[in-house]
Amino acid sequence: MTDATTTRKRAAAAVTTAGEGGRAKRSPSPRSTRSVNWRMGLEIAVFVLPALVLFFMFVVWPMLRAVQFSVYRWKGFGPLTDFVGLRNYISVLTNDVFLGALGHNLFIVVASVAIQLPLGIAVALLLNRKMKFQGLLRTIVFIPYILAEVIAGVVWFQLLQPRYGVIDSILAGLGIQGPAQGFLGTPDLALWTVMVVLTWKYLGFAIILFLAGLQGVPQELDEAAQIDGASWWQTQRYITIPLLGPTLRTWAFLSMVGALQLFDMVWILTGGGPANATTTMATFLINEGTKRSNYGIAGAASVVLFVVALTMALLYQRFILSRDTADSDKRKVRR
Amino acid sequence: MTSATAAAPAATRRRRLGTTNPVVYFIALVVAAFSLGPVLYSILGGFRSNAQLAESPAGMPDPWVWSNYAGVLTNPNFWRYGLNSMIIALLTTAVVVVFGLMAAYPLSRYQFPGREKIYMIFVLGLLFPATVAVIPLFIIISKDLGMSNTWWGVALPQAAFALPTTIVILRPFLQAIPGELEEAAMIDGASRMSVFTRIMVPLSAPGLITVGVLAFVGSWNAYLLPLLLLQGDMRTLPLGVADFSTEHSSDTAGVFAFTTLSMIPAMVFFLTMQRRIVGGLQGAVKG
Repeated sequence: MTDATTTRKRAAAAVTTAGEGGRAKRSPSPRSTRSVNWRMGLEIAVFVLPALVLFFMFVVWPMLRAVQFSVYRWKGFGPLTDFVGLRNYISVLTNDVFLGALGHNLFIVVASVAIQLPLGIAVALLLNRKMKFQGLLRTIVFIPYILAEVIAGVVWFQLLQPRYGVIDSILAGLGIQGPAQGFLGTPDLALWTVMVVLTWKYLGFAIILFLAGLQGVPQELDEAAQIDGASWWQTQRYITIPLLGPTLRTWAFLSMVGALQLFDMVWILTGGGPANATTTMATFLINEGTKRSNYGIAGAASVVLFVVALTMALLYQRFILSRDTADSDKRKVRR
Repeated sequence: MTSATAAAPAATRRRRLGTTNPVVYFIALVVAAFSLGPVLYSILGGFRSNAQLAESPAGMPDPWVWSNYAGVLTNPNFWRYGLNSMIIALLTTAVVVVFGLMAAYPLSRYQFPGREKIYMIFVLGLLFPATVAVIPLFIIISKDLGMSNTWWGVALPQAAFALPTTIVILRPFLQAIPGELEEAAMIDGASRMSVFTRIMVPLSAPGLITVGVLAFVGSWNAYLLPLLLLQGDMRTLPLGVADFSTEHSSDTAGVFAFTTLSMIPAMVFFLTMQRRIVGGLQGAVKG
């Protein structure tokens, strides 16, 4: 018995790299190795194919169809026959509404980081101190993030009603009169108002991520700095925040990708109005695709959105995230 | 030396506790009020009448009105939308967890040529914004597959778009499982399949819960794809809330009641799964 087990173990160890230990032991001829490989291939296929098929069917194929739509003029029925080359792209890229939408997306990308990064760090550093109700506070801060954007949007739409909304009424109590058309109805204010609502919705996400990152900052460093006489602020500025770098950079990336795809909140709050002051690329392509059935234009806008997102992702990866990978390589070498 | 290192943290801790001054509590209070204010207002708004809301928008319910909430709870559409949301979220979660784990298993534990290439396909999927594909998806699902206005028509594409995150989170979990366990089971005559179901699935449970929660929340809150694909009785809760608020725009109190009750499932789910969700987000960031 003991003998058999040892033999089996040895044989198993010899072929574990190929998987299928026990079977190979019985007949270690080249033919059976091939059949083992064949079996393994089959297993891999059975395991991986469902996900791959699903992914190609509902992610890759639609992406390719978007590219296909973008070079045709198509209203949604009949075959794709009216090939127009790059004309849809030209019409999208010279369309003031689309260029405005692109500008709004870029504004939101920049403003999200510019507003939420300092606020998020400040609140996270505060919440990271030992204090009462810390757990409760973390939960509260995170609540806006878990609500559906639509539900949050509907609530804010009510709060922001001109005159009858609670925000206008509080302002009136302070002697300030809200804009006549409401914050969402005034073209100059609408995008900033959307930005405030987005900050409310997503600041909690930043804070929770930063707090998680702060747990990874070794306490000893902090303590060492304090013993050396560094003030609380100096400790944060020169030790904690730099060590939080990877978390901050990853968060900024997620925030950027989200801002480029922004749809739900804008659709509920303003529908892209007033006077296209808040359109985003996503609301533009949904409008063209569903309301006007200009599938070619929607396809071209989708491809442009994709190219913008991909370019930003690659640039970000190349110039900003690459530091983190370089850092971790260094760390590995040291280890 | 030992006593010095032991004493230092205690001293710092005391100092830190000391620095938590009223200003910090005040800022914390402001942040909490900012976060919670709109939600509380919505809850209280549901307890007021439209006349109360119009007369003094910033007031408290006086008297408390229960009819708005009662109206929503006796509205069959509310329950139907909730049921649709629940079924679609469960289908999405089931598909993404099962398919995602199956794919992550060979991608983390088998050695074969092309493994990293297949993995890269899914990783690149992280870069595809779902919005880009939404118009063609609408055409494919409604015209080519004839699945518009069905639960599966929304659940399958949602699961497909959740696959990249799922596989990227699960792979390190599976890789961390010691190979000896697998070998030992196979020496005892277990097949690959039973190694998978009896060892890999139970040992990767924490990762599975995380990706499951993320997929569920994503589906529960989804708006764009359901907006294009679902109408009438098939609508989900976010669609129902949006439509209710436009159809009953003069009944502000009713809108608050409907919206508030729609928040509850997500809140309850979050409060019970808080640690998992936060853990999952951390994992996503590190991954």
